[in-house]
This record gives sequence, structure tokens and C-alpha cells, in this order.
Amino acid sequence: MADINQIRLKLPRAQFDVDVDLHLPGKGITVLFGASGSGKTSILRCVAGLERAVSGFVRIGDAVWQDDERGLFVPTWRRLLGYVFQEASLFEHLDVQRNLEYGLRRTATSADRNTLDEAVDLLGIRALLKRRPQALSGGERQRVAIARALVTEPRLLLLDEPLASLDLHRRREIMPWLERLRDQLAIPMLYVTHSMDELSRLADEVVVLDKGQAVAAGPISEVLAQGDLPALADEEAGTVIQGVVQECNSRWHLARVQLSAGCVLVRDIGLVPGNRVRLRILARDVSLTLDQPTRSSIQNHLPGVVDAVLADSHPAQALVRVRCSGDTLISRVTWKSVEELQIQPGLAMWAQVKSVAVIA
Amino acid sequence: MLDHHAWQAVWLTLELATLTTVLLLLVATPLAWWLSQTRSRWRAPISAVVTLPLVLPPTVLGFYLLVLMGPQGPLGQLTLALGWGTLSFTFTGLLIGSIIFSLPFAVQPIQHAFESIGARPLEAAATLRASPLDAFFSVALPLARPGLLTAAILSFAHTVGEFGVVLMIGGNIPGKTRVVSTQIYGHVEAMEYAQAHWLAGGMVAFSFVVLLCLSLLKRNGASVMR
Repeated sequence: MADINQIRLKLPRAQFDVDVDLHLPGKGITVLFGASGSGKTSILRCVAGLERAVSGFVRIGDAVWQDDERGLFVPTWRRLLGYVFQEASLFEHLDVQRNLEYGLRRTATSADRNTLDEAVDLLGIRALLKRRPQALSGGERQRVAIARALVTEPRLLLLDEPLASLDLHRRREIMPWLERLRDQLAIPMLYVTHSMDELSRLADEVVVLDKGQAVAAGPISEVLAQGDLPALADEEAGTVIQGVVQECNSRWHLARVQLSAGCVLVRDIGLVPGNRVRLRILARDVSLTLDQPTRSSIQNHLPGVVDAVLADSHPAQALVRVRCSGDTLISRVTWKSVEELQIQPGLAMWAQVKSVAVIA
Repeated sequence: MLDHHAWQAVWLTLELATLTTVLLLLVATPLAWWLSQTRSRWRAPISAVVTLPLVLPPTVLGFYLLVLMGPQGPLGQLTLALGWGTLSFTFTGLLIGSIIFSLPFAVQPIQHAFESIGARPLEAAATLRASPLDAFFSVALPLARPGLLTAAILSFAHTVGEFGVVLMIGGNIPGKTRVVSTQIYGHVEAMEYAQAHWLAGGMVAFSFVVLLCLSLLKRNGASVMR
């Protein structure tokens, strides 16, 4: 299925050339991740046909939108896509209901009122239908914009930093809705961001961009575990691990989560036993010991084997990649520790995890 | 008070201004749209030509139109060949002259309105399956409504107030081409100051009301969007 959606684009920019060859899975969120000006938005605009790549091939499902070898370029309005801009870009002269109906009335397929109702419920905006865009908060506007894009039953949903223009509070408010989209929609989504938080919470797959080139691509846990990507090796360096909630302890307000390497205790934020959760473990919260820690305030320790020792952004520090059964942790240590403990690939160690964030 | 001739002039003026405004909006809207969207090298010269009536003395414009519409002019020869006679000293000729004379007053507000909308709403429309023509009518035009209103009011008022072009190509034929401004001129020539006062005072009141409407319109810009 991986080859069904293919995006191959070349376009020259002032500083560098964008040159990518992406393969999207049939569903789920693929995040285009990179610093500002790495070409993410240009790629998205080219996929939508809002800009034209110098040479390109874009195929989504059985529809080819651009194929310059055949001189084919389908205009944006004939592409079955949904696009969510950084600013909601609602039509200010129409109320929310009419905004949603705008695309519906222009959709030739079987899309009907049910599609609109589903989108309204999926984004929780039923109470806003009679309001005008000017009367909505930033978060509400963006939810309406996403619903408006979904009403046309797109084959591909493009999201260009949909949270970037919102403050932290609004971002937290809208994130659960995006997670719902990821888990419930049967279409691929291409999501542009430079936020590590959004990447680790939302991505199934990630493509890391640097100066217009894809420097890494693959499932989120694998790409983050590489540890040697400059774009990912800042304060936020870390990994994302999937686990299953085992039990919740009401006395300590902790929940036990089963990973493939063992169990960890996390703060209970209303977790439900049996549910899958996504954990984010930052490199700076992981320390390494040669012996199993017994008398430590840190509750979580996992046995593992050193996989690689990598340079970090500061010359005093190293990133140590540790494989714990199927999961990977990254630990930020000093080069001094690396030498004193003789940390090298193949060494069996214990990883102490001071803090685990449950992100979904 | 106003006599029969004065009322005739008032009605003719309103008829001319209304027709000019309607036709001008039909001409100016696509022109303003093109000017706001194009990156053609013809944009600057065409924009300058559209603005020309703003700076030219009306007599210059009127003179060239007269020559153009006259029996020796290319437009005159065309209308003669079609059996319509010449347009100079007719209401149609006056209408054409008014449209050209007020063109910048219609094009500029509409063009500014289109430019201030920006590309984003039209891009959003395209991602929602609207063809470019569809997006123009369903998004660009409604969002440009304040600009269209301003253009209509300015065109109407400017046509009511024109004098030079009218005199040059329309002459001063009662019931045919004599509008309020030329009627006032006639009264003054004949030393009929009382009649001139009624018409001139009416023009002052009318112009004041128009400008008042415009400024209220700008202040309530947001509610005009509705």
C-alpha cells in the first residue's frame, strides 16, 4: 500500500533546491518536520497545486495530479484534497454553516448532509454553526477550517502548521481533535510543523527536511531513535514509545505502562487500563548506570544494550542510544562519563528514566 | 422655484448618472480584477490610462471625444456606416463620455478592495473545489462589497457634477443633453440668479449627503461586509 501515494517534486528556491520523493501510507498522519524555511510549506503548496513545481509527479490513490513527463497538471480545484492553512482563512462574509456548505455544494461525489454532520461532530463545532468567523476564537476558527476541509470528502488532507498561529492554551485545546482525526479518518494526512510537541504527539510517520532535502523518513519511533539528526538533536531530543496501560494506583496516582522492555510508572492522568498510550522520553531525563539501581528515588529503570554513542549539539555532551528489547531510549550524558564508564556499543547498562510524559 | 426646464435637467442628470453607474460597474469590475491580479507588463501602462481622466482637464477629454465621435472621427464613421448617425450631441454620446470620465473613480476603489482581500481566500476556495470564475463570484465579489459600494457612489456623484465633458460633446440641448450643471450655467449667463440658486443649492446639499454616506460607510466597514 505504501506506494499508492507518491509525491516527487523538484523546485528551485533562492537558497536551495527542494527535491523530495515521498511515499505516504494509505492512512494516518505523515509529518513534514523541519526548521522554518526548510521547504515544508512549498512542498505542501505544490501537492495542492497552489504552486507549480518545476518537475513533479504526484499520485494520490488512483488519481495522478501532476506528471510533468506527460505534461499533466490538474488545477487545485479539480484535486480531491482538503487544505488547512496556518491562519484558518474562513470566508468572513459567510457564517460557519455556510462556510462548511461551501465545499459541500461544489463536491460532485456522493457527499451529502451526513458528511457535514460527521465533520461537525468530529470537530465538536455544532454550537458554532450560526456564528460568524469574526465571533470565533482562534482555536474554534481552526476547528471549523478543518471541518470545512473534511466536508468535501478529500482523498488527502494537507495541514500547514495549523496550530502555529495559536497560543499554547488554544494549541492544547485543539490537539485532542487532531488525534481524533488521526485515529478515525481513513485518508492520509500530510502535516507540516516545526514543533517537536506536535511531531511526537501526532505523527505516525515523519519526514525530516533540511534545506529542501529529506534527510530521514520512516515511523516516528524509528526516526526519533536515530539520535543523529541535527534537526532533532536540541533540548527536545528524545524518543517516542508505544505502551499499554496495565493498572492504575489510586494511592500514588500512578499508572503502570507495559513496554516491550518492561514496565514504567507514569503519572495517572485518567488513563484506562488496556488502552494503548504514547510515551515521550527526553534524552535529558535518561541517565545510565552499569549496575541495576536499587536505592534510588527514580522509579523507572530498564535494562538495555548500548547501540551507538553520538555527538550532541554541545561538545561536552554525547547522546547514547540504548536498545531496550524492541524500544529505544536516548540518554544525554557528558563525554567525561562516556570515557569513565567506558560506554561503547555492545555494553549492557541500565537506563534510569526520571520523567516520562504521556502524550496520547 | 424650479421651472419645467430645470426639472427636465434634474431628471436627465439622474438618468445619466444612474445609467453611467450601472454600466461603469460592469466595465470597471473586471478591469479592476485584472489590474489587481495580473503580473503582465501591460499592467502599469493600462493602469495609467485608466487614471488619466482624473488629471486631464475635462475639456481636453471632451475635445478628443468630440473629434472621435464626429463625422470625420473613426467612431463617428463607424456609427454612420451602421446607420446610427453621429453620437456627438446625443444622450448616448454623453453616456459614453461620462463612463470614460468617471472610470478612475470606479476602478480604483474596486481594485483596492480586491487587493486587500489577498490571495488566501481565493486559494481556500480553490481547495474547496471552486473554479476560478466560481471563486470570483462567490468569494472575491462579496468580500469586495464595500469597494463596489464606494465605486458606485463616487461614479454617480462624479457624473452628476460633470460639466466640461458635457458641454464639449453634448452641447446644451434642452431635454436631450442639458443636465443640471449646464442648466445652472445657462441661468447665470442669462442673469437668472434665483433659478441658479435653487439648482446650485440643491447640488451642494446632494454632494454633502453623498460624502456623509461615504464616511458613514467607511466607519461601519465591518457591518457593510454582511
